[in-house]
Amino acid sequence: MGKEMVNPRSAYGETLIELGKKHPNLVVLDADLSKSTKTILFAKKYPERFFEMGIAEANMISTAAGLASCGKIPFVSTFAVFATGRVYDQIRMDVAYSNANVKIFATHGGISVGKDGASHQMTEDLALMRVLPNMTVFAPSDATQTRRIVELMATNKGPMYARIGRASTPLIYKKEELKDISIGKGMITKDGEDVSFIACGTMVDHVLDARKILSKEGINARVIDMHTIKPIDKKLVLKCAKETNAILTAEEHSIIGGLGGAVSEILAEEGLPCRFRRMGVKDIFCESGEPADLFEKYGLNAKHIAKVANELIR
Amino acid sequence: MILKPYDDEVIKKLNVTAVKIRKHVIEMLYRAKSGHPGGSLSAVDAIVALYFHHMRHNPKKPEDPNRDRFILSKGHAAPTLYAVLAECGYFDVKELKGLREVNCMLQGHPVSLYVPGVEASTGSLGHGLSFANGVALAGKADDKKYNVYVMLGDGETDEGQIWEAAAVASHYKFDNLTALLDRNFLQIDGNTEDVLRLESVRDRWSSFGWHVIEIDGHDIGQIIDALLKADEHKNQPSMIILNTVKGKGVSFMENNVDFHGVPPNEMEYKLAMREFDVLQRRLEAS
Ligand SMILES: Cc1ncc(C[n+]2csc(CCOP(=O)(O)OP(=O)(O)O)c2C)c(N)n1
Ligand SMILES: [Mg+2]
Repeated sequence: MGKEMVNPRSAYGETLIELGKKHPNLVVLDADLSKSTKTILFAKKYPERFFEMGIAEANMISTAAGLASCGKIPFVSTFAVFATGRVYDQIRMDVAYSNANVKIFATHGGISVGKDGASHQMTEDLALMRVLPNMTVFAPSDATQTRRIVELMATNKGPMYARIGRASTPLIYKKEELKDISIGKGMITKDGEDVSFIACGTMVDHVLDARKILSKEGINARVIDMHTIKPIDKKLVLKCAKETNAILTAEEHSIIGGLGGAVSEILAEEGLPCRFRRMGVKDIFCESGEPADLFEKYGLNAKHIAKVANELIR
Repeated sequence: MILKPYDDEVIKKLNVTAVKIRKHVIEMLYRAKSGHPGGSLSAVDAIVALYFHHMRHNPKKPEDPNRDRFILSKGHAAPTLYAVLAECGYFDVKELKGLREVNCMLQGHPVSLYVPGVEASTGSLGHGLSFANGVALAGKADDKKYNVYVMLGDGETDEGQIWEAAAVASHYKFDNLTALLDRNFLQIDGNTEDVLRLESVRDRWSSFGWHVIEIDGHDIGQIIDALLKADEHKNQPSMIILNTVKGKGVSFMENNVDFHGVPPNEMEYKLAMREFDVLQRRLEAS
């Protein structure tokens, strides 16, 4: 039985339209990628509130900050690699330092970008954004959660960054299941006591599959969907450490500085006796290829995750 | 400068080579089921003229310090660069089959570290002209005679970095540098003039202190003449505005923004190949 696949980018574009209706101040900027980021949906509905900025991302970020200073709620979109690394100083000064109400919503994060290659596979964005004061950082896991996160971004003040992938992903949640979602509060998507998977973004689905593999071996894994990377849900991390004594983080991102980095900082400072592994991109540039081939080669599919979890708790 | 003479025979041969490269490009993209046909096809004739006629380079010595350099700033046209490098002999033509596949050399966008003949890693638009400036500066500093050529997309020149680099090149009088602008009037979200107006392109580059030449970017004779003029021009960098057609050579891709980043399906692939075969026969019979 196949999973129901939905593209989170479409969810983003559709939610922008809904929010545009509720918030006349909401404006959208894009840098020649509106068909890919799906801001084109908003552009068609509200052409007077959509600003095509051309292939000029640095200018786009600072412009968004100016808009925010006048009470607008700018959503800024492009690929994750161009939305963060390329425009870091503009974000640092004009958005984070100024605590501007700018919402950077990036698509094409992680290695599931696939064939375009490492130049386009952003695996450092969560780290880059997490280290900035005032910045809130999200990595939603499916289309339903993407919708809710976009709503949270629009209705809460302050600089925020969210990243989703390029590909369609399995639906994990029904709308009702996310009515209580809030910033900085991780979700226990599946409970278990033998090991905790703490994952974000597309990796949540992979760890859910790994959980199924492990259950056949009598291992009951907990799955935490850590949609907010910053502020991270420290309480929940500590709860997992105490109750399962083993934590494995999984992200489509470098193991340095992102979700795994954030969780390891908490564990180290608390000095808890908890076994711990970070799964992600191991400080390398990956390569072009089908996403499934890349997840296999770089050890990020359910099979690999289950194996590492198994070793961790033996 | 040694002037390489050319006649109708030379042009004919280069035109046939250009068709061969276009065939490779379409085949590679069809096989990879992803990639960028439009901007790869519009760039073919200039890159063919550079590598198969104009530049001083030796595929057996890709690291030769005296070689002329070509930098593909619009990195999404990688298939064209790869096909040209392979046909020149930088690596086995068989590698083209592995474009964008895992464990293969040819990445979706050019990587200098992995591919012999690729001068700069590109794919994030807007960097190439600055990189070329660096190469030009080193050439001046070391008193080398090589020339640097860099190809930019027209949409790519939305980037502020391009204009920072444009200012530097004219300030330092890089007459060993020639930029080629693939002026196909399309980017992803539409016509360049609707997305973010570029005109007057000619006036913009002139006002930045560049020597500007404007030609038909699919006429190989004009391309060669323009390159010679650019090489000879002193005290200024040269900009060759190549008036091109995005998707050039495949009727249904020409001027069609939908083929910026979508590969041909099976039927489109076959149609395209048939068009190339007809063109090739016509050229060879001429
Ligand atoms: C910095 C950056 N922003 C966005 C992109 C995504 N992108 C790839 S190609 C392209 C359009 C390029 O248009 P143009 O330069 O006119 O190229 P061509 O028409 O020759 O294909 C864009 C926006 C990118 N590769 N790099
Ligand atoms: Mg163009």
